[in-house]
Amino acid sequence: MHNDYISAPTSNLPFPVHFSFQNIIFLLVAVAGFGLFAWQAQKIRANILVGRDRDMSGNVNERLWKTLLVAFGQQKMFKRLTPAFLHLIVYVGFIVINIEVIEILIDGIFGTHRVLGFMGPLYSALTGTNEVLGALVVLAVAAFWWRRNGSVVRRFTGPEMRAWPRMDANVILYIEVILMVALFTMNAADLKLHQLEGKALPGAFPISSLLTGLFPDSVTALHVLERVGWWAHIVGILLFLNYLPSSKHFHIIMAFPNVYFSRLMPQGKFSNVDSITHEVKAMMDPTYQVPTPPVSEGAEAAPTSFGAKDVNDLAWTNLLNAYSCTECGRCTSVCPANLTGKLLSPRKIIMDTRDRMEEKYNSPLIFNPNLYGKEAKHDPQEQLDKENHTLLRGYVTPEELWACTTCNACVEACPVNINPLESIIEMRRFLVLEESAAPNSLNVMFSNIENNGAPWAFSPSDRFNWADELYVTDKAGATA
Amino acid sequence: MMADLAARGETPEILFWVGCAGAFDDRYKRVTRAFVRILEHVGVNYAVLGMEESCTGDPAKRAGNEFLFQMQAMQNITTLNGYGIKKVVTACPHCFNTIKNEYPALGGEYEVIHHSTFLQQLINEGKVKAEGGESFKGRRITFHDSCYLGRANNIYEAPRAVLEVLDADLLEMKRCKTNGLCCGAGGAQMWKEPEPGKKDINVERAEEALATLDGDADVLLNLQGVESTAPVLPAGSNRGGSVIAVACPFCMTMMADGVKNKERESDVQVFDLAELIASAEGLNA
Repeated sequence: MHNDYISAPTSNLPFPVHFSFQNIIFLLVAVAGFGLFAWQAQKIRANILVGRDRDMSGNVNERLWKTLLVAFGQQKMFKRLTPAFLHLIVYVGFIVINIEVIEILIDGIFGTHRVLGFMGPLYSALTGTNEVLGALVVLAVAAFWWRRNGSVVRRFTGPEMRAWPRMDANVILYIEVILMVALFTMNAADLKLHQLEGKALPGAFPISSLLTGLFPDSVTALHVLERVGWWAHIVGILLFLNYLPSSKHFHIIMAFPNVYFSRLMPQGKFSNVDSITHEVKAMMDPTYQVPTPPVSEGAEAAPTSFGAKDVNDLAWTNLLNAYSCTECGRCTSVCPANLTGKLLSPRKIIMDTRDRMEEKYNSPLIFNPNLYGKEAKHDPQEQLDKENHTLLRGYVTPEELWACTTCNACVEACPVNINPLESIIEMRRFLVLEESAAPNSLNVMFSNIENNGAPWAFSPSDRFNWADELYVTDKAGATA
Repeated sequence: MMADLAARGETPEILFWVGCAGAFDDRYKRVTRAFVRILEHVGVNYAVLGMEESCTGDPAKRAGNEFLFQMQAMQNITTLNGYGIKKVVTACPHCFNTIKNEYPALGGEYEVIHHSTFLQQLINEGKVKAEGGESFKGRRITFHDSCYLGRANNIYEAPRAVLEVLDADLLEMKRCKTNGLCCGAGGAQMWKEPEPGKKDINVERAEEALATLDGDADVLLNLQGVESTAPVLPAGSNRGGSVIAVACPFCMTMMADGVKNKERESDVQVFDLAELIASAEGLNA
């Protein structure tokens, strides 16, 4: 099947159009690729909406501004300069090189060749930039691979980084290199083909022009290579797109809505439980009328338990968090509990949330939950207990939850504004309010507050004693 | 006392919220007294609730006991609203955060100011000059950020501005401001034993503070949780009399314990901002 796109135009369009069997195949592949992705995205959307309702509407300008800074602008990445620059290369490369996908789609469907070539210098700027970025992406990916596999960066290790997350991270890097190799194969073969035939190829190819020497001198072979590169690039992209929902790499999409819907309040402000407010008000004032919430038709009954035992007890934003996580481990690397050897790892809480959602509800194409569930699959008893294999206790242990100092370091560190602390507090609430399962010392603290109005066992009548010695010399005053 | 003032039909300009640590913890009572002496010195019209004050409910809320938190909150809000309080100043970042951020939803809306911000205002207004008392010139001070002041409420500059006036050598720890490392007491950890691990958090933090004051490059280079860039070292080793400054009663306990753990109480002391200012102003009774 000889592709004679270099021949004269056969239509009145300013570029040659050759509709052929190849285009029909391409159209089918593209529709299948995007369709499959839409189907997977729908499943994940349904998983997120399992979460408790939470009104995140309003403050559109503030939210858009934050999305611009944190998501588009990568603001929080720049707390650590080396990975920030490497990531910026791959991020910009992803966005700019994908402009060329528009061209590939048009070429593929209508049988045109480099349809955007008519733009002249602008096209040269685009292809030239793509080539330079493509080469930089390969270098950045190589650096990423070394950081990850050469034991360079400590946060890429840890108990939750089991076989699948570790492999996933490398698979992403390999796919990125394959896509870039496909791009250069296509460009270099095309360039050499045009050179051999004495024709000018629209666009600028600063990298591929260095590679033409590596390519054969046969026109047929070059045709084949150009097509192989072209198909590999676009099919690769479609396969990658459908790999995303099963991978941490889904963050390239989910980071944007996640940042948009992230909290605007001070980090120290914890959510208020309205049902408890009504209860307390009713206790203090017998005439207090608990407002009946407007019940919309078909709405489910209000949640009857306090806090979170399973993923569906968390707010939908907490579930969105889980799909935005790229397991970079910045949260865990700054967690004071984790730093000092405690079991708590904020990243694990987020990964567990996602794994549990996919165990309990929909799973994407390549369902491979962090391999915590792997043992469970081989154990028939565990299989039966899937319903009881809840986020709390099934995945996250109370020991992890009680190690948290609520210091917000993880929240601050996350480049895409994930908030592990909210989930931790919701699970603590379940432990305390539903199971009375706080550590004993905390129960002592609770009863001190109840009885003495102070977390320590002091008498309320001693509360003003500090003033007795107001003008008596403090033995160890601020004199060194 | 607020009750006495109310009996005379007066309303104070500010209510000083002492907090449980400020009222009961022997070490932190000294901070309460230092702050009160500053208030008296500059002639601020203030009052305290005395025995009518009760725990804000912060430790209960962080530990997941929302019910107990709201009981405490409602009780305090009833008291504060009863006296028509508009402005609350407190030396405890936990009380500060709770009253400022979590009381409004329950009907308690006040202007809430942490004492670091309040002291900064007094300095800016020229009411506190840090003169006439102890000189801190040439002494090394490093400030430990409290999570509930810093990350929780974005107050990083006020405590530093307060320390500036002392004319001491201010040294930043590598993990400071937004990257500050918790002392280990937040989230109700103050009242329980830590989970099993390889080290206590306050020891980790004290080691960093001491290495910062000592200029110990080996320790600073190996810190986790920050990019490992070379630290800026002060010339010469620790000259003694160095200070770890805090602005939170729990940080105070944890850092003091950490320093004790490293057997450095003899040359490094832990002080609250109010104590340092009172001392520099010559207000030690």
